[in-house]
Amino acid sequence: MLSRTADNLYWLSRYMERADFLARIIDAAQRLATLPTAYGGTGSEWESTLNAAGALDGYREHVGAVNETSAIYYLAFDPQNSSSICNCLEYARTNARAVRTALTIEMWQSINGAWLEMKRFQAAFGKPGTIDRLELARFLDFVRKASLDFDGSAHRTMLRNDAHWFSRLGLYMERADTTARILDVKYNVLLPETEQVGGSLDYFQWTAILRAVSALTAYNWVYKETIKPWLVADLLILRPEMPRSLRSCYDDITRLLDNIGRAYGKQGPSQNKALETLRQLETIDIKQIFEKGLHEFLTDFIESNDALGAAIGGQYLIHVDESTTETQAQSQA
Amino acid sequence: MANGRFFDEMTKPDGLPRDVYQRVAHWVSSAPPELLASRRSQAELMFRRIGITFAVYGDKDSTERLIPFDIVPRVLGRSEWTRLEAGLIQRVKVLNMFLADLYGKGEVIKAGIIPEDIVLNNEHFRPEMRGVKVPHDVYVHISGIDIVRVDDHDFYVLEDNARTPSGVSYMLENREVMMRLVPELFAQHRVAPVENYPDALLSSLRSVAPLQAGNDPVCVLLTPGIFNSAYYEHSFLADKLGVELVEGRDLLVKNNVVYMRTTQGPQRVDVIYRRIDDDFLDPLAFRPDSALGVPGLMQAYLAGNVTLANAVGTGVADDKAVYTYMPEIIKFYLGEEPLLKNVPTWRCREPDALKYVLDHLPELVVKEVNGSGGYGMLVGPHATREQIAEFATKLKNDPDGFIAQPTLNLSTCPASFESGIGPRHVDLRPFVLSGADGVRVIPGGLTRVAMKEGSLVVNSSQGGGTKDTWVIEDFQGGLA
Repeated sequence: MLSRTADNLYWLSRYMERADFLARIIDAAQRLATLPTAYGGTGSEWESTLNAAGALDGYREHVGAVNETSAIYYLAFDPQNSSSICNCLEYARTNARAVRTALTIEMWQSINGAWLEMKRFQAAFGKPGTIDRLELARFLDFVRKASLDFDGSAHRTMLRNDAHWFSRLGLYMERADTTARILDVKYNVLLPETEQVGGSLDYFQWTAILRAVSALTAYNWVYKETIKPWLVADLLILRPEMPRSLRSCYDDITRLLDNIGRAYGKQGPSQNKALETLRQLETIDIKQIFEKGLHEFLTDFIESNDALGAAIGGQYLIHVDESTTETQAQSQA
Repeated sequence: MANGRFFDEMTKPDGLPRDVYQRVAHWVSSAPPELLASRRSQAELMFRRIGITFAVYGDKDSTERLIPFDIVPRVLGRSEWTRLEAGLIQRVKVLNMFLADLYGKGEVIKAGIIPEDIVLNNEHFRPEMRGVKVPHDVYVHISGIDIVRVDDHDFYVLEDNARTPSGVSYMLENREVMMRLVPELFAQHRVAPVENYPDALLSSLRSVAPLQAGNDPVCVLLTPGIFNSAYYEHSFLADKLGVELVEGRDLLVKNNVVYMRTTQGPQRVDVIYRRIDDDFLDPLAFRPDSALGVPGLMQAYLAGNVTLANAVGTGVADDKAVYTYMPEIIKFYLGEEPLLKNVPTWRCREPDALKYVLDHLPELVVKEVNGSGGYGMLVGPHATREQIAEFATKLKNDPDGFIAQPTLNLSTCPASFESGIGPRHVDLRPFVLSGADGVRVIPGGLTRVAMKEGSLVVNSSQGGGTKDTWVIEDFQGGLA
């Protein structure tokens, strides 16, 4: 397939996944922000949410002081924020338009439908402070549904070939990144077992993290006990059965890259890199992670995930002329 | 409904429907207004969902607009179609012979059929193509011939579109939407299918691949990109054809061979169905500022390593000045009378004609020789005095740049609106394919309709709409 098509499919999925993530963290932050400080409300929920979205610097530059109304607008609607939900849906659709032929009708309709609906919301609430809680809840719900709809249509209707694999690859790369980021922003409340001081105060912070990655129920099923911070970290980093965990994402990433490598009869740097990360996630336990320092572990992970993204780009998505002549020579030999 | 001045496709002057329209007329007149209204809004919804949009240049507010669709089909009987089809095949066969001759021996000029300067001074004439042999002498692989009627016997050719005609996706999607909207009407008619168009197109494209491409040539569709007004169509067709939709940056030329950049490295390309104008194909050969094209493409093409469809330089054949000579050109190559008429045309380059045109501007339609999309055109009867004066000046300054035609009484066909059913002017663009295996036409085409009452401009860039076009058997029996 065309490198550009693979590139568009990859980014299309990343943007859809990012929109979903943003909707979830806005929802979680809103719940936290309504809590009295005695229950763990810190007053800095919006700051850490902007941070988790990687949007804090941009916010400070364009908007200034952090408050709920402006933060919600910035994360959801603001055209100045390149990663606002509306921009994610806009970019997703732009990518989708460019690869209409690689999408199934169902996928296109789900994206196009979401985009039209988003435009409607944008027209109604395209200014800060114009959206009330009820409408915001509707909007966030719509975004999550749109992402589910896209995901479901991709899963149900796409041929299982390289187009499918690149599209899924984008999804898991984005998911691994956002899971690591939200954990990193909250790492200070995820203390190791031995330092369980005043833990109950952070109870709502932990549930907020779980909620943000739709893992609250999953936690109950997996651990069958009250919420413990190190178990939250365990669930989201190491548990293979948890679909948002770093481990699970890398199970999928490795499998997808293997599929691509097999189909093309050639492995490369991205296969090696993904496997290396997966082996690490398979062998390390949560105790070791805390010993190393959760923040350090997550920072390393985010960097290595970015490096994998670059490797995938170099190997499949972006073709510089030298590399093409090289492969050309190989294929003719 | 019939309006004395115009030939109505559905209704005879006596108010009764023409034979082929019996059932459609019955449906239109008996359907409750609420039903028609709900079908209209369903149609709009379907088009919006599928994402068929059309970008209009210069219209900033709506980069994506829906072309209005009318739910009353345009119907042609089999015998009418057979006549039209024969005329289209004759015409396109000659367009190909004419181009092969212009870029070859130039017999048509030597014989004095067409003045040399009209060809040589034409901006779409490509001297690079002189002496180049294209596979099977096919230049115009895909054409759209615009047809109008003024009565129930004659078809007139309004324009030959031999460069990169668009609209075929509407022909296909209109049918899909109609089959879902009015299944009851399809149950009463046997409508010739159009869905095989992509197959026919693909086999035409494959048939003209360079010899060395072997049995399984790689075809691609080259688009200017998502900001082009016809991008939807490009992606739609690539999908139906099962070929890659490429942009210029996806292709590269090495040693006069064209490759596309894929996730597995470069892959050789044999046939390019290009929807980019000649000017933008290759910055090394044509406009150096073109960011849409592929550097080196023209060299690869001239070396015979890749086929471009349509060929480079076909624009000279769909020029409006050349158009006026088509009847003589047809006679010259085939020794046959043209089966389709030309609209009588004054060539403003001829002094007598210019004088006549200047004297009769309020009743004529004046077109720029190189214009398209309904731009740069004067519709005399609908123009203001200022507009006419402005055009008179333009004409005097550049008589070679214009032709004039009588204001045609374009036929009308009923269309459905909120305010009820009303006649609107229509034309028809059938799509004609040429390959190594000959020339063929898909039964149907794109009926364009001027949605504004009384308007004669059907172009989608100027608010025109479309209709599904049916070719049905002549005998449809009485009403059930």
